[in-house]
Amino acid sequence: MYKYNDFDHAFVTSRNAQFREQVNRRISGALSEDEFKPLRLMNGLYLQLHAYMLRVAIPYGTLNSAQMRQLAMIADRWDKGYGHFTTRQNIQFNWPKLQDVPNILDALAEVEMHAIQTSGNTIRNVTADHFAGAAADEIADPRIYAELIRQWSTDHPEFQFLPRKFKVAVTGAKQDRAVIHAHDIGLQIVEQNGKPGMRIIIGGGLGRTPMIGKVIREFVAMDDILPYLESVVSVWNLLGRRDNKYKARIKITIHENGIDEFSRLVDERFALIRPSFQGFDQTLLSEISDAFDAPKFQRFDLSAFDKRYQGDPNFRSWVDTNISAHKQADYAIAAISLKSHGETPGDASSAQMRRIADLAKTYSHDELRISHEQNIVLPHVHKAHLPNIYDALRAIGLATANIGLISDIIACPGMDYCALATARSIPIAQDIATHFDALKLEHEIGPLKIKISGCINACGHHHVGHIGILGLDRAGVENYQITLGGDGTETPAIGERAGPGFCADEVIPAIERLIHFYMNERLAPSETFLECYRRLGLGPFKSALYETDQSKVRANAA
Amino acid sequence: MPRPNFDQIITANDLLEGDVVYFTAAATWSRDIQKAEVFSDEAIAQVRLIEAMAQTNIIVGAYLMPIQHTKDGHAPTHFREEFRTKGPSNYAHGKQEQTYV
Repeated sequence: MYKYNDFDHAFVTSRNAQFREQVNRRISGALSEDEFKPLRLMNGLYLQLHAYMLRVAIPYGTLNSAQMRQLAMIADRWDKGYGHFTTRQNIQFNWPKLQDVPNILDALAEVEMHAIQTSGNTIRNVTADHFAGAAADEIADPRIYAELIRQWSTDHPEFQFLPRKFKVAVTGAKQDRAVIHAHDIGLQIVEQNGKPGMRIIIGGGLGRTPMIGKVIREFVAMDDILPYLESVVSVWNLLGRRDNKYKARIKITIHENGIDEFSRLVDERFALIRPSFQGFDQTLLSEISDAFDAPKFQRFDLSAFDKRYQGDPNFRSWVDTNISAHKQADYAIAAISLKSHGETPGDASSAQMRRIADLAKTYSHDELRISHEQNIVLPHVHKAHLPNIYDALRAIGLATANIGLISDIIACPGMDYCALATARSIPIAQDIATHFDALKLEHEIGPLKIKISGCINACGHHHVGHIGILGLDRAGVENYQITLGGDGTETPAIGERAGPGFCADEVIPAIERLIHFYMNERLAPSETFLECYRRLGLGPFKSALYETDQSKVRANAA
Repeated sequence: MPRPNFDQIITANDLLEGDVVYFTAAATWSRDIQKAEVFSDEAIAQVRLIEAMAQTNIIVGAYLMPIQHTKDGHAPTHFREEFRTKGPSNYAHGKQEQTYV
């Protein structure tokens, strides 16, 4: 893992000291709220419905056990004993008090963490494939480049007052687990003539105007990456609209100017600034690269694992559902589901965080990942240790075998916490998970991604859910609009709106009608919901979704 | 149908704690919605809102919200404000932990 150098330590320490003084000045009255708000947002501090909320960056979703333990300590000492992991691989504390926040930031700095640029119109926390460094299908570890981009973008003087926020995601694999097509810039490590470089996708994004990103370059050599990114952000910084915040994101700039014109401007800018990058970034890159060396893999006897796998159906189900292929034979990537049926998606208690930290330390080369799907990953686990891990997780209620299934739901905090929300998300997610668990149907249904957002800003990624649910306020009542066929992977698609929304207690029956229709229509159990949707199209699914309502209409008419 | 003419109260978030507070007739802030001063007259409400907003070292973001009168006292008309009187629905945190509900 990357370790802070003297510069990083000094930078974070001085920013924390500045913020401590800013908080003092706000409390003394020397700063008004209008003056203080942009300062607190630059340090990840929001004021939500019931309390302040501190959003802490987890760069490219990577944590070690000491960091996870410190997050648990913060949750106990200054919050309510839990943390919420988000769809941008951050953690949010929902109940800090203003005066405690400087102390929380100091505690984070002790473990090389901070909340800088987790909000505001800057380049946000860079996200990456949560299987980075472990995935069997990976060309190179994307975190090396994510860390380089983090260092370049943090406090970058040109990019502190961008037209709007700016989000970057990186993957090193063909299979896209980092939703790169729905980011302002999505980067995919590729090879050309045996040399690594990056495929660059720009202008993707969800929110009120969802768009799939466009490829601006099929290949940019690695030593051109930073100047190229700087050129893209630079062009947008000048061209992006500042008259209307809803039209400020790069996706709109590209939509209005066209990808060809935008690309021409980027090339012009690139020609101008490329000479100023004289190789320092490449020296830095090689230093960073050393920090992400693969762990020293070991060999263990697999007979206990095999025996347990054959003899214990619950363990077998967990392994079959939550384990992914590791690049090292006999190793596995183990996903810890933070979606126990009926619990809040993405939440972990301090006790759970500590136990997970122990497991990482003992069994996963001291590494953890937070996925954008709000789960935790033990990236380097020898299969021989899976029984121990499973037993430990079961003891803390985190052995749910549901990764990628109907109850593995992404849900934003919604109106239970968020000041921007128009409806609640969490209770809908809890109800769907509990309902389909009670029916014992989820394994039979197979791979299915439900994603729920509590407003059009789409933090819950509903546009790329196979079934997307968007919570709205319709005349003072919570109302849920359903989209179908979205996909956030390498075959990206924005979900299509099915029709009128449903009130909260109609959502479960609506989802159930969709699921029953799919299960009846699929050619074989191996045809997934998304494949079936792509084969049949919106029409038949729409009829299934509104069947009940149409019969009501007919009944009323009669 | 003409828009119903709701009575109003003033609400904000506490500067230090961040939690929901209501403006009282004594120009102080209470965690209890029942202690809020009720305005039937829009002009008076606007004047009081200016007084409330001036207390910038105590609260953040004061605004007027409509209420309805129930047998248990006054209550919000919109679900967002109803959630603000209780706390989140996934844990018994916030006001529902206290005695304000």
